[in-house]
Amino acid sequence: MNIDSVQKGLVIDHIKAGKSMEIYKYLSLDKMDCSVAIIQNAKSRKLGKKDIIKVENNITMDLTVLGFIDPNITINVIDNGVIIKKINCGLPSEIINVVKCKNPRCITSIEQEIQHIFKLTDKENKIYRCIYCDTCYDNN
Amino acid sequence: MLKGRSLIEPMDLSVEELKEILDLADKIVDNPLEYVDACKGKILATLFYEPSTRTRLSFEAAMLRLGGAIMGFSSANSSSAAKGESVADTIRTIACYADIAAIRHPKEGAAKVAAMSTDMPVINAGDGGHQHPTQTLTDLLTIRSLKGSLDNFTIGLCGDLKFGRTVHSLIKALSRYSNIKFVLISPDELKVPEYIREDILIKNGLEFEEVERLENVISQLDVLYMTRVQRERFFNEADYIRLKDSYILDMEKLEMAKKDLIILHPLPRVNEISIEVDKDPRASYFKQAKYGMFVRMALIIKLLGVEK
Ligand SMILES: [Zn+2]
Repeated sequence: MNIDSVQKGLVIDHIKAGKSMEIYKYLSLDKMDCSVAIIQNAKSRKLGKKDIIKVENNITMDLTVLGFIDPNITINVIDNGVIIKKINCGLPSEIINVVKCKNPRCITSIEQEIQHIFKLTDKENKIYRCIYCDTCYDNN
Repeated sequence: MLKGRSLIEPMDLSVEELKEILDLADKIVDNPLEYVDACKGKILATLFYEPSTRTRLSFEAAMLRLGGAIMGFSSANSSSAAKGESVADTIRTIACYADIAAIRHPKEGAAKVAAMSTDMPVINAGDGGHQHPTQTLTDLLTIRSLKGSLDNFTIGLCGDLKFGRTVHSLIKALSRYSNIKFVLISPDELKVPEYIREDILIKNGLEFEEVERLENVISQLDVLYMTRVQRERFFNEADYIRLKDSYILDMEKLEMAKKDLIILHPLPRVNEISIEVDKDPRASYFKQAKYGMFVRMALIIKLLGVEK
């Protein structure tokens, strides 16, 4: 399989195999005017199998959400065909309007204009809680 | 500094700030006439999206006894919410008229939304089954006044521990004092939620046990906190009827308790404490209601920053 290397843009690497479409959706890549290559089930020494997303363009987007989805993801920023920066995402302390609170008793369930905000309350166990009702977000 | 702040959950207050409020409440109890003009010219808005006469009257009595004025609504249908106005917009409007607000809402986090939308101090007067910090202040003042301290005792919390917001708030607040043992007495279906067990009890290394029967543990308690098993929290009538009488405090159970036990209840009670218990000197729930007004007086003074 041959995919042209990126001249300018991002390579989102070490995505857990099968998760690339989810990330494509979270980053709203479908709404962006740039070419995107999704590589699924690539061989990886670290993960066995992995997905990779290559985004060609000079784009700015909020990548902190990637750490919420999978903290193992790495991001390579490419310019002139070479990696100029590597970003390890880690767990963001706060995620805003990425996922919704599922608690039917939460105020966010009846008032649409409220931002859905989750805070990292337990780093070790990767637990995020709704700032309004304390319900923890279930990633599965 | 408490001036200008909001109170959404007990943990918004440090142990020192809590002490500040409780100390002021003590002073008000000792000398209420000193404070009759403390809030003169100030307005408290009571925004009650669900009826709770008891809590609302406690807030209103507190403000009136401080020489302040009150306004507000006591149910969602008499408010702008009936016309679909958001909590954020309502509080921004009210902030133009009032100096401080107490909000009660059936949805969890509503008071937080209100506080995030204004600079006016907002007091959470109950948000669904979630938090009720002024009840917690009431409970803390009552325990401290009747037991002399907020350290070194065994407290039994009995009844609906799953949906009972007062229980959750109290456990959080007490988690910061020393040498308190928690005995959680409830049917399996109504145990404390996982976030209380994991994030508060286990994380802080607190001593606690979960048991099903009050009579097996009542003899070791210094404080017994009874709660109502509410009909509306049950999904079906059969479950309610099966469980509602399981956790009733009567003289027979009380015989086994310590002589200096104090019995608390956030009120209103239905039948979880027999009327015969009221005459026992250990029954402290009506005193508790009075402490509730005094502690709200102290809180309002502190948040408005009008202490002499
Ligand atoms: Zn929520």
